[in-house]
Amino acid sequence: MSLRPSATFPQNVLDEIHRAADQGIYEIRGFGAKRRLPNFDDLVFLGASMSRYPLEGYREKCATDVVMGTRYAKKPIELKIPITIAGMSFGALGANAKEAIGRAATAMGTSTTTGDGGMTEAERQSSKALVYQVLPSRYGLNPDDLRRADALEVVVGQGAKPGGGGMLLGHKITQRVAEMRDLPRDIDQRSACRHPDWTGPDDLTIKIQELREITDWEIPIYIKIGATRVSYDVALAVKAGADVIVVDGMQGGTAATQDVFIEHVGIPTLPAVRMAVEALQELGMHRKVQLIVSGGIRSGADVAKALALGADAVSIGSAALVAMGCNRSVFVEDYEALGTAPGYCHHCHTGRCPVGITTQDPELEERLQPEQGARWLRNYLTTMVLELQTLARACGKSHVLNLEPEDLTALTIEAAAMAKVPLAGTDWIPGNNK
Amino acid sequence: MTVFDLNSDSVRALNQHLHDASSDYLTVKNPAGRHCIACGVDSAVEVSIDGHVGYYCAGMNKKAQVTIAGNAGPGVAENIMSGTVRIRGNASQYAGASGRGGTLIIEGDASARCGISMKGVDIVVAGSVGHMSAFMAQKGSLVVCGDAGDFLGDSIYEACIYVRGKIGELGADCIEKEMTAAHLDSLAQLLTSTGVDANAKEFRRYGSARKLYNFNVDHADDY
Ligand SMILES: Cc1cc2nc3c(=O)[nH]c(=O)nc-3n(C[C@H](O)[C@H](O)[C@H](O)COP(=O)(O)O)c2cc1C
Ligand code: SF4
Repeated sequence: MSLRPSATFPQNVLDEIHRAADQGIYEIRGFGAKRRLPNFDDLVFLGASMSRYPLEGYREKCATDVVMGTRYAKKPIELKIPITIAGMSFGALGANAKEAIGRAATAMGTSTTTGDGGMTEAERQSSKALVYQVLPSRYGLNPDDLRRADALEVVVGQGAKPGGGGMLLGHKITQRVAEMRDLPRDIDQRSACRHPDWTGPDDLTIKIQELREITDWEIPIYIKIGATRVSYDVALAVKAGADVIVVDGMQGGTAATQDVFIEHVGIPTLPAVRMAVEALQELGMHRKVQLIVSGGIRSGADVAKALALGADAVSIGSAALVAMGCNRSVFVEDYEALGTAPGYCHHCHTGRCPVGITTQDPELEERLQPEQGARWLRNYLTTMVLELQTLARACGKSHVLNLEPEDLTALTIEAAAMAKVPLAGTDWIPGNNK
Repeated sequence: MTVFDLNSDSVRALNQHLHDASSDYLTVKNPAGRHCIACGVDSAVEVSIDGHVGYYCAGMNKKAQVTIAGNAGPGVAENIMSGTVRIRGNASQYAGASGRGGTLIIEGDASARCGISMKGVDIVVAGSVGHMSAFMAQKGSLVVCGDAGDFLGDSIYEACIYVRGKIGELGADCIEKEMTAAHLDSLAQLLTSTGVDANAKEFRRYGSARKLYNFNVDHADDY
């Protein structure tokens, strides 16, 4: 006789209730949403055949360069590839991981981003194009770093936790991290969820004016939002004066957030892209204010689909960490010590990253040498770009930004509705009543 | 002495001039509540502003001595690093927000959230402050010669708060603390150096109970 599990109380739900009963606190963890969500895999490209002709691989050029910040900034950022590295704080990441990312991004001609915790010297040195985040916590924020940044990113929210603040648990706070944040060692660092000196879009407009004045209107200003009411937020970000808008879907990774937040707040990246593009189009600002999309981007196919829906570039966090060894099957006993296993790890919050990425422990950090990490990340980015070009050429595009929604069709009704592309084999877009 | 008249000169031209650091003294006439006046200055210039200013005046100030002969809008001296910003009148919300160093003197009253998220700045208010002042204050001192509104020092870390008058309800994890000789001394020094006429002995000190520093299920009510 087989044992009968409960669909309402499957093993993971039982485990969570037992854990809550033991600890009396919500689960805090890293990585992004683990549940299945409608995503780019639910879309496919309609390659060219007779009505459109494809481009010849290797011979016919398929350009990938994009420019960020053409609206107001005197010095927009020119990227060779439309894949940027998302903001991940020093503190959450160790110094070696930060340096590896900087080196790889620079070699690939793309930008990288600071995070909650300020800018490190090594990160500035290793990154040719560095986006400096202005977060609610304002940890380490200072005008010198503002002026040596290549762009600023006002973080309103993150896909993993729209409406939530930051968290860095006490055991990750070394002396260096504490000093950068003006806080004592070893305490839980709760970052605020709202900015200390503005509330609402009217204030933000003036805040952005201030940041521009401080940096003499030279560098682009990004606004990053977690995907929820995307249409309104994008319109308000345009109004507030953004050069670039970053929309982070609910799959977006995090170093430490309440599980309930990760899994239950925000909307997936798939509808978020389409909503953001529509909002920009309605204002006549599509391609004038650039759109960067993030949250669960894993492959050149994901990039191609985001661009086809109208994004100007994407940003990756988790995937970059995976490229550098996150969840790789090495040091298995250290995963076990955390109560997990390669392939399942989401333990960035513990500071005991088995592969030396999200840790401040010198011994663990040794496991990620900046050179090796940079090599892995470069290889991965190169692969993504090749995949992206392969798909763009198949659709007959000489520039990846020429990909368009007409190149896509959906495999599920929900993806068709969310992305507003027809269900495969039909001309049906659920919700389009025309 | 350089004079910028904002009836004819732009705030942009003023700030560019200040960033190029070409004067020792500078006067701003007719500020008329404009935003972002004298922000991002990084030199020991003396700036006097004849009138009221809008948002973020002297934002991220370094080294400069800025005097506002009027009232200041929201976020005055936000993220100040060093130098001095003095407001002869009243200040709106978020005065000195996340300031990391230097001194902010408000001769009148300050509104809500004065010293929010402060990280090392010293703020001396001759009048009173509004609610939620020193919210999540990390470092530095907030001195209030008048009264403080509700939820003072909510979720405070290691900043010191001194209040002479009445206080409303204290914020989460903020408690009254003993005024030690060392604290009395540093308060007296702050009052003297900022030229604010008050007797340090009349103040009480508030700071963190440090109960929220590491999660404890038995303090869950405070979250
Ligand atoms: C380890 C880690 C740390 C992060 N730290 C920050 C941060 O400091 N600021 C921020 O805006 N986003 C932060 N994020 C979110 C990323 O910027 C980005 O939005 C997200 O990783 C994108 O989704 P993806 O991980 O699926 O690529 C972090 C993400 C990770 C994985
Ligand atoms: S392997 Fe490291 S980076 Fe990856 S989820 Fe685990 S702790 Fe985080």
